[in-house]
Amino acid sequence: MESVDLARRTVRELNQYLHRQLPGSGIETLEILNPDGAHNIAVGLDGPVEIEVRGHAGYYLAGMNQHAHVTVHGNVGWGVAENMMSGLVRVKGFASESAGASGHGGLLVIEGDASLRCGISMKGIDIVVGGSVGNFSAFMAQAGHLVVCGDAGDGLGDSLYEAVIYVRGAIASLGADAREEPMTDTDRATLARLLRDAAFTHDPREFKRVASARTLYHWNADANQEY
Amino acid sequence: MCGIVGLLIKKPALRAALGEWMLPMMVKMGDRGPDSAGLAVFTEPVGEAHLKFSLYAGTAAGHGAAEGQPAWHTLARDLIAALDPSASLHPNGNHAIVTTTATAQAFRSWLRRAWPSVHLLSGGRAIDVYKDTGHPREVVARYGLQALAGTHLVGHTRMATESAVTPAHAHPFTAGTDFCLVHNGSLSNPYSIRRKLEPLGIEFETDNDTEAACRFLEWRMREGDDLEAALARGFDELDGFYTFLMGTHDKLALVRDAFACKPAIVAETDDYVAISSEFRSLAHLPGVQHATLFEPKPETLYVWKV
Repeated sequence: MESVDLARRTVRELNQYLHRQLPGSGIETLEILNPDGAHNIAVGLDGPVEIEVRGHAGYYLAGMNQHAHVTVHGNVGWGVAENMMSGLVRVKGFASESAGASGHGGLLVIEGDASLRCGISMKGIDIVVGGSVGNFSAFMAQAGHLVVCGDAGDGLGDSLYEAVIYVRGAIASLGADAREEPMTDTDRATLARLLRDAAFTHDPREFKRVASARTLYHWNADANQEY
Repeated sequence: MCGIVGLLIKKPALRAALGEWMLPMMVKMGDRGPDSAGLAVFTEPVGEAHLKFSLYAGTAAGHGAAEGQPAWHTLARDLIAALDPSASLHPNGNHAIVTTTATAQAFRSWLRRAWPSVHLLSGGRAIDVYKDTGHPREVVARYGLQALAGTHLVGHTRMATESAVTPAHAHPFTAGTDFCLVHNGSLSNPYSIRRKLEPLGIEFETDNDTEAACRFLEWRMREGDDLEAALARGFDELDGFYTFLMGTHDKLALVRDAFACKPAIVAETDDYVAISSEFRSLAHLPGVQHATLFEPKPETLYVWKV
């Protein structure tokens, strides 16, 4: 397999290679060695390449990804797959804050826990977390799905728009305008697909649905800023 | 933005490596804090009848010394004559460590009277403090800090956001004895804290927000709170963003504010506990690939004992 060793090359060299030389080279798989927590690894990918990151990565791994499949055999720092457009990012370990922030599409799978603000402002991305998510997850989430196989922290789904959250475990508290709703057949079908794509085996019937009550969609002058 | 680092060595045989393992931690976190750096190292305590004090002379305190070098031998002679015939002084550039049988109060008032230009960085039986302006790489090299040995240390790399870039504004901050604190973040009510403490006779040396947190917590512990109780009160009274790392003679303690806006990561093995703002400054540590790694939760106190 083609490999780039970050003990010997800089992240800038790696990313320039991924952007300029890799497309059209016929290389379909590539591994990145010794990431050692470096930031911005494999950001801005724009092609159907499979990348294996061997170790822990820093901030913004695979940010803005289109089409590529990236697997991290370790943990990631803040903002993994932020603003992802399409493709797949899989984290074998845990993810720090703001995982999948502002993502427009694609699938982000975190096998361990995700920290605070997972899926903040998500705009169409699907995020499946094998463990638990921290406080304020899916804050102002606009579209897409957040699936939490473990527990959710405080303020889940605060100021939600049209993203939908599925939680298997306990929810510490819901944020403003987020509410638990009955699961429909459509929910169970969507969830079954997401769990299958993420390679988890949980039964969709074990999950709760959280969505927006849409009371914040219109300004309420009588609310006196109390929500 | 700032960087924090902490390292506690569990096995006595490895304590000689404390400085060597710390060096890349501080240098990597120089990206988060390039303007100043500092650290507090906790060593084997001096004898029960003794205290040690870390002093900073800056560049102005020539006092007749050779150019650029403080007159530490003159200060030592004055100290021996005025306060304690058994006192000793170990200079390290513009820093020095005094060991004495004088009480903290007696030493402080003598220093203020006799050598007002010399700044007292810390006092206690285990703590030594070094801090200065400059990139962490330069500060560590300036004082040879990679050679430090000890049980644990608390380090900081600063990118100033709310007060001046001077050695006094660099972290760690200390208060009382054998206590220090470093901070990544910014407090929004340091002046309220200060107005509360000053009428109690607590003096401030800078206008830095972190100093308010440091003096608040030390005040609570002097009033009888243990570290846990002091921090519980801190959660109520200190407003703003913070990851705090604190050191006492036998503990490292770490907390993040309720919104956890500032990062931290912990790596623990049988040999050490290492704390940093970011994993990349821990990546060089031996065995870190197999360490237990976790991110501290908001408003939760983590304490490691030597």
